[in-house]
Amino acid sequence: MQSMVDIRQLRKTFGPIVAVDGVSLTVGQGEVLGFLGPNGAGKSTTMKMITGFLTPTGGAVTVNGFDIREQPLEAKRGLGYLPEGAPAYGEMTPRSFLLFVGALRGLRGAALHQRVSETMRTVHLEDVMHQSIDTLSKGFKRRVGLAQAIVHDPPVLIFDEPTDGLDPNQKHEVRELIRAMARDKAIILSTHILEEVHAVCTRAMIIANGRVITDGTPADLEARSRLHNAVLLRVSGAGRDDVRAALGEVPGVVAVEALDADAAEQAWRIFPTDGAPIIGAVSHCVSRHRWNVVELSVCRGQLDEVFRSLTMPAQALT
Amino acid sequence: MPSSLTLESARRIGVIFKRELAGYFATPIAAVFLVIFLMLAGAFTFYLGNFFERDQADLLPFFTFHPWLYLVLIPALAMRLWAEERRGGTIELLFTLPVTPWEAVVGKFLAAWCFTGLALALTFPLWLTVNVLGEPDNGVILAGYLGSLLMAGGFMAIGSCVSAFTKNQVIAFVISVVVGLGFVLSGFPLVLDVFRGWMPHVVLDLISSFSFLTHFHDVSRGVIDLRDLVYFVSLIGVWLFATALILEWKKAE
Repeated sequence: MQSMVDIRQLRKTFGPIVAVDGVSLTVGQGEVLGFLGPNGAGKSTTMKMITGFLTPTGGAVTVNGFDIREQPLEAKRGLGYLPEGAPAYGEMTPRSFLLFVGALRGLRGAALHQRVSETMRTVHLEDVMHQSIDTLSKGFKRRVGLAQAIVHDPPVLIFDEPTDGLDPNQKHEVRELIRAMARDKAIILSTHILEEVHAVCTRAMIIANGRVITDGTPADLEARSRLHNAVLLRVSGAGRDDVRAALGEVPGVVAVEALDADAAEQAWRIFPTDGAPIIGAVSHCVSRHRWNVVELSVCRGQLDEVFRSLTMPAQALT
Repeated sequence: MPSSLTLESARRIGVIFKRELAGYFATPIAAVFLVIFLMLAGAFTFYLGNFFERDQADLLPFFTFHPWLYLVLIPALAMRLWAEERRGGTIELLFTLPVTPWEAVVGKFLAAWCFTGLALALTFPLWLTVNVLGEPDNGVILAGYLGSLLMAGGFMAIGSCVSAFTKNQVIAFVISVVVGLGFVLSGFPLVLDVFRGWMPHVVLDLISSFSFLTHFHDVSRGVIDLRDLVYFVSLIGVWLFATALILEWKKAE
């Protein structure tokens, strides 16, 4: 896999505040890396340094083999960037704005017009192309921001919260777009929305207090959840204490937690030792006792729970 | 390939120039500025300058008031140059595009200056009037226009630099007016008294040589001295250079 973004020991301080503290990472073609982290964790600052807007206090960034400080123009040429909030010149129309960005990106003549038309089709901007950007809805403005990032078809894309503030349909659309582009590009995006990591990322990185806490596939992250491979069981018509005792004896079970119960039904969450699968053993136990099963399911793990457990203690220290 | 590099650079300046200039006309700025500029220029010429009563076929009463007209109107145009980019966040977009700060500064400045040039050119009915009423020396008038345009560039470059400091357009406007006033009056006691007594004479002479009024005075009377031209051109260059430095230094703040 060819490395397209290479970051080594990146550091940024604002006076006494350390915003980014020694971040190193490599992103290759075909990868979609998701930056996760609480607000103020250093995600945007890192992206601003990758794109050359902020000068790092220490460390180095290479984009497509060009050092962003030594050869900024060459590095920026192969880069598309959607800044947070998708800023754009409000008095321009999407079309004139894309022509402007495309021209500065080095496109010209027929190629420029063709790329602008293609990009507007890709992000569905044709209907509003002659309206000024100021008058567009939030969803359309975000699409204009995405369009300017991809108008020159760059190999590296950096998106700062690409779906922030969009409605569920628009979110879905933007994710589809990112997925469609992912194969031959290197993409870094930041998000607070953990489901997004599942939807588009091949790799997820949790950042807190300017440091990388974990780096792995979304499945790796889920495996770190306390809930990973836990079993949810809902039964009816059985004695509470009997069920608890029977579940506690199933091999591989470390804890049994009662969720909610009423006269007819009771729900349990059964935790495995070290995240090993226990669904087989639990279902065997269920059938042996002939309980009336309402629901039986395996939990893959909840990213938000992993996220909280990894980022909260670090926050409490500061 | 230095030649193709500078060509690329000029192309990017051109792209920014076009966008910026179109921006004036896409908003009410163009209409409001042009109308106010022409009204004030006319009012000053006829009422304060006694254009008719002087009974002379020249545009001196017109040009005399330009420093004061520019002092207020140019900062109003210049204040948005960078402050607006900061406030709207588009500065992040602009400086992550393959453009150098210098190219962006020059492109935006040239657009604003050109727009002022257009406002100035639209005063041509005055020139027609003196030509109908008498036989003016059109060379002198041309020199006056040239000097006025250069002085406008000076005010604009100052405003561009001040605007790069802040995201607040009101602050940019007020400070630009004050700095501009300093340059207009630097040959006068109002400014010189601040420095008199504790600064050596050489410095006082230097400060008074910065006066817009002195440099504009001769040009507006048709005396084109190379030193006056060099003065305005280098003044523009220095302020624009400072603008680029400031943006490079604190673009993200």
